[in-house]
Amino acid sequence: MTGALGAAVASPRAWVAIVAIGVVTYAIRLSFIHLFGRIDGVPARVQRPLRYVPPAVLAALVLPDLVTLRPSVAATLLDERLIAGAVAGAVAWRTENVFATIATGMGTLWLFRFVVFA
Amino acid sequence: MLGIAPFALVAGIATVDAGLGLAEAVGMSVIVFAGASQLAALDLLGENAPLAVVVGTAVVINLRMLMYSASIAPHFAEYGRRLRAGLAYLLTDQAYALSVAEFDENPERSRWRYYLGAAASLWVVWQIGTVAGVVLGAGVPDAWGLTFAVPLVFLALLVPAMKDRPTTVAGVAGGATAVVAVGLPLNLGLLVGALSGIAAGLVTEVTAS
Repeated sequence: MTGALGAAVASPRAWVAIVAIGVVTYAIRLSFIHLFGRIDGVPARVQRPLRYVPPAVLAALVLPDLVTLRPSVAATLLDERLIAGAVAGAVAWRTENVFATIATGMGTLWLFRFVVFA
Repeated sequence: MLGIAPFALVAGIATVDAGLGLAEAVGMSVIVFAGASQLAALDLLGENAPLAVVVGTAVVINLRMLMYSASIAPHFAEYGRRLRAGLAYLLTDQAYALSVAEFDENPERSRWRYYLGAAASLWVVWQIGTVAGVVLGAGVPDAWGLTFAVPLVFLALLVPAMKDRPTTVAGVAGGATAVVAVGLPLNLGLLVGALSGIAAGLVTEVTAS
């Protein structure tokens, strides 16, 4: 790596992705704001599955970063990331505070990585 | 408003982790301007996933904004095309939530001014935070595992999103499927997990009623 402040890697791939995601995302944002009056809201058939997009997507993003399936149950559970995730999850549930969740999660990760499992 | 600052920092850190630089970080935060999809796309780009999977995953994550667009559209109906096109660019979870609450409470207030004030402030915090994250991510040793803040941010959003039985089932099923599907070719695990979770939520809703 040449340092993150310069371009670490020449990355046309990344730019194609950025522009494509940006264009589609803008179309999603503009959709009903633009078409108001011509379309009466989101049809129920579309609205129902959309309700489950946030929990399903967020869980699919989080869990693989906390859990790695290993041959034994003990090895799967005794993972600093899973322990830190469980503590942070409890904090998120009690406080609904993003900053407190990150702080306790990182603190627990470091505690187990550098002290307990070291 | 400042609640998104740590999220923005993490987006910057994740950009460095994906092997990209400041230009890509700023480009993505300006052009995409949607945190969860940015983090997912960066993760997939870092793993060299096919472009179609990167874009497809990000788009599924951002589909929820269809709901915001539909819900806020009546409030903007009286404005001209250009203004609406500009307001749409700034639509985010937080701008939507803040504005709709305010429009309900104070119907007399200028809606576009309130929305623009909130949404543009969020935009500024997001851009500054991303740049700060790139600098921070480049300076802190890998052993600290700063990228672990990415799942922690999502966790903080996930917990309140699981607010009743069907949404909880959607989360549990989506997460479990993604863990098992982690080895799928083309990094399709996230997309498969998300779609399974959505299906599981729908099935729970139907069987409950």
